[in-house]
Amino acid sequence: MSEIDTQRRQFLKTSAGAAAIAIAPGMMLYQTAQGDTQAASSTVRWGMLIDTAQCKEGCNDCVSACNKENGLSGKTGATDSQWIRKIEIKDVSSGRALSLPMMCQHCEHPPCVDVCPTQASFKRADGIVLVDRHLCIGCRYCMMACPYKARSFVHETLTDQNPDVPRGKGTVEACSLCVHRIDKGQKPACAEACQNKAILFGDLNDANSDIYKKVRSVASVQIRADLQLNPGVRYQGL
Amino acid sequence: MRLLVSLLLCLCIPQVWAAEANAPKLDVGKGGECVKDTQWMRKNHMHVLKHQRDETVRKGIRVEQDALKNCVECHASTSDNSVTAREDSFCVGCHRYAAVKIDCFECHASKRKQALANKDVK
Ligand code: SF4
Ligand code: SF4
Repeated sequence: MSEIDTQRRQFLKTSAGAAAIAIAPGMMLYQTAQGDTQAASSTVRWGMLIDTAQCKEGCNDCVSACNKENGLSGKTGATDSQWIRKIEIKDVSSGRALSLPMMCQHCEHPPCVDVCPTQASFKRADGIVLVDRHLCIGCRYCMMACPYKARSFVHETLTDQNPDVPRGKGTVEACSLCVHRIDKGQKPACAEACQNKAILFGDLNDANSDIYKKVRSVASVQIRADLQLNPGVRYQGL
Repeated sequence: MRLLVSLLLCLCIPQVWAAEANAPKLDVGKGGECVKDTQWMRKNHMHVLKHQRDETVRKGIRVEQDALKNCVECHASTSDNSVTAREDSFCVGCHRYAAVKIDCFECHASKRKQALANKDVK
């Protein structure tokens, strides 16, 4: 082997070594980090129970709270994002009218995830269905697949987003169950804002939680239960 | 061999000097001690951010220290609270010099949380 050749080998060896060192401290970063380093747990299933008897017609507090928390404009045009909507329904034969909030139902078997070609739509271990906007190509298949019309597409350039809720043009978005708040141990903004306590949020798997007990003691339904998507959001008095 | 090395050195050293002289002058904001030394961060910040982004979005592991939000908190200019507003803003200054487009701030806030909160009050 010529002299040049051995030198070159030596050079390659040392540079590989240097890279390894550079990566090793990089790895250590994660061990010494502060903050909530706990991953979402699959023993948890976040959900909501909405009591339609408590939800008042004309009240929009949950929607406003959501808009403020997530930095949505609050406009309701065809190209505006709506993560939660108030729906008024009426039984034609009896005349009974109801008002209820509608948002992503955080399905256990989400069709939006099935159709997503980039795996941007995904379900977190704790049952929250999200869009990873880093991967979303804006094809909007998920919007077509969702039976609840829960998703919106961002049509315009956005500025001054909430630092906790990044969102931008060309991607699809929906109710995230306020995942940034849940990870801090808080309730979703809508559940906190409802003065009539119509939105009960909690862990459907935790035997000590209010929602676990209530789901087992009062009649509640999932919307379009026939689709067998097992939504995490349930409605009482529907 | 020696000749080759010295030739390389002669060629490289002025390059390094020149690079330092032309290096962008950045508004480092509050600055202070970063999570890693400056040179390491210059070279590797994108890997840290990308790793953290996947861990956070997909698994819910939020390591505050490595969050982009935390970078902005320290490095946003003390005059306009932004990492992108001016030619010499912390992110823009270097990225312009290196001719690398930053997409981060099409979705992520480029301003300190405090600045955005104050704007809401007005
Ligand atoms: S409600 Fe729609 S967007 Fe939400 S998980 Fe189900 S299919 Fe997906
Ligand atoms: S719009 Fe985005 S999240 Fe929806 S299916 Fe297409 S790539 Fe997936």
